[in-house]
Amino acid sequence: MHKPSGPVLSGVLGFFEDPQTLLEATAKVRDSEYKNFDCFTPYAVHGLEHAQGLKRSKIPFVTAAFAFTGTTLAFLWQYHASATWWPHIIGGKPMNSLPAFVPVMFELSVLLGGLATFFAMLYFNRLPNLKKRAFDPSLTNNRFAIVIECPVTDEYEGVSADSFSTEKAEQFLKSIGATETRKVYEEGWF
Amino acid sequence: MATTVNHDQEKPLVPVYVTGGRTFAELTDDVARPLETFPTGRWWVCFIAAMLAFAVGATLLLQTFKTGVGLWGLNQPVGWGNDVTTFVFWVGIGHAGTLISAILFLFRQKWRTGINRSAEAMTIFAVMTAGITIMTHTGRVWLAAFWLFPYPNQRQLWPNFRSPLEWDVFAVSTYFTISLVFWYVGLIPDLATVRDRAKNKIRKVALTILSLGWRGSNKNWLHYEQAYLIFAGLSTPLVLSVHSVVSFDFAVSQIPGWHTTIFPPYFVAGAIFSGFAMVVTLLVLAREAFNLKHYITLDHMELMNKIIMTTGMLVGYAYGVEFFIAWYSGSSFEKFTFINRAFGPYWWAYWIMVSCNVFIPQLFWVRKFRRSIPIMFVVSLYVNIGMYFERFVIIVTSLHRDFLPSSWGTYVPTVVEWGIFTGLMGFFFIFFLLFVRFLPAIAIGEVKSVMDQPTNKEGAHHA
Repeated sequence: MHKPSGPVLSGVLGFFEDPQTLLEATAKVRDSEYKNFDCFTPYAVHGLEHAQGLKRSKIPFVTAAFAFTGTTLAFLWQYHASATWWPHIIGGKPMNSLPAFVPVMFELSVLLGGLATFFAMLYFNRLPNLKKRAFDPSLTNNRFAIVIECPVTDEYEGVSADSFSTEKAEQFLKSIGATETRKVYEEGWF
Repeated sequence: MATTVNHDQEKPLVPVYVTGGRTFAELTDDVARPLETFPTGRWWVCFIAAMLAFAVGATLLLQTFKTGVGLWGLNQPVGWGNDVTTFVFWVGIGHAGTLISAILFLFRQKWRTGINRSAEAMTIFAVMTAGITIMTHTGRVWLAAFWLFPYPNQRQLWPNFRSPLEWDVFAVSTYFTISLVFWYVGLIPDLATVRDRAKNKIRKVALTILSLGWRGSNKNWLHYEQAYLIFAGLSTPLVLSVHSVVSFDFAVSQIPGWHTTIFPPYFVAGAIFSGFAMVVTLLVLAREAFNLKHYITLDHMELMNKIIMTTGMLVGYAYGVEFFIAWYSGSSFEKFTFINRAFGPYWWAYWIMVSCNVFIPQLFWVRKFRRSIPIMFVVSLYVNIGMYFERFVIIVTSLHRDFLPSSWGTYVPTVVEWGIFTGLMGFFFIFFLLFVRFLPAIAIGEVKSVMDQPTNKEGAHHA
């Protein structure tokens, strides 16, 4: 692939003024020919993931895996520290005093599970990526948007795959309630 | 009051969380304004006062490190005094923040959105303050790392994992870490919001880094919301565990007055009680100073006051049950300890505690008092004082009368201890003041999700 000489077109953005219009429009985009699209909202709009046809996040599995790892490690650690590395009888308790190990097992489960949740969230979201900023300041404030992405092709310089026409996409977005449309150029996101 | 028909006596059909018909853009403006303007004179007065208090405390702490904890009033048999009292006090205060951010989230209490950010900030700063207290109470703080952290000495001897003091290290440090991450995750979208409107170059760069490149993609919101829910789910048992573990520091020992099974729930209720009082104290001031009355409404304050009264009565119930069990146990030491608490040399501390925690919050049975800013402010201060004394009573009165009269003693905090106490108060307020100055004090994104007005059109009304 040759290096692009100008700004690379990556999609078409349509602004929406309220969440209800956005929800309805999103469902229409989902059922249309455009398969690559995303919504941009200043807050988590309830039900938008269904309208967009997104699958459930896999974060809970990561959390569970790390939380159980925490439980296990905490037990093994305390067991060995108390019973094998240097066995001590304290307070007449047995070497493997499991009930006394429960608090630390619990805390380490939460600690590992919580940190894993945070990093999994960043990983799934491709963050941090400081090149990214909102397509428009209003999108983190009071407006909503749908971005229809160009299909990935070899062609650059503002021209994309033959099947994709920005005019057609803009027309489509306007027809489903966008108040304003504009072209979006690549800046390290797509 | 927040009504659809602008008539004070009528209740709205659906709860209104933001009054004054504010739009999304106005909300962003209102919350971002204190961040984008030079701080007011009042802010500087508070900040300088907090710095001075901290300077006093830091000087006295250094003095303590140089001389030793002999500067404090601790003795045999009272080995824990103001130091551990302050620790439990600050850890307890933190609990309200997590209750608001996690437990109320799981219960779908939408009113939490207006207050969760500042309450969580308070949690983090309170736990930081508590951390300083517990590190410095060891006296030789530079060695505390070896005593506290799970790290073996040169002969491969590990800390005693059967000790509640070691559990406490894990509980408090996990609590701090998870609260901080939870708070930061909540901040990311709001940092992006203030980033996108930042004019100042340094602020823009700092906010760009802190917001990690958030742009509100719904594919991101999907994972974000999932992570947020998990954090709430993890924090809920965590917050209940933290003060339970703190209470184990006492309950697992065999001192009469400490060795009771009621301690974990009693401590957790007390923690939430004191924390909500601190939230009310801080928010009464913050909503006034930063003009956030549309977002932290009287309804919010009233709900918090209801929680204060409820948890206050839970704590009062625990005081009663403790007495009953002391009698019912048939243990003469247990009985003596409790009678000594209420009528012994520290009777005044006990009755300050009961008055502040049980009697005074009863004012909140009256709706007018629950919704009166001056009354709730004064009550919240009394609760803060009462909860300090609760820990003082538990710790000092149980220790000062040992099993043998020959080893009895008295404890009076010295000026140095009060100076350190004041300094820690200053430390907490320094961070809180910096927080309201530099970060969005209201969860902008979350409030937007519970606002009734879906459009930005002029004169939008809640239907």
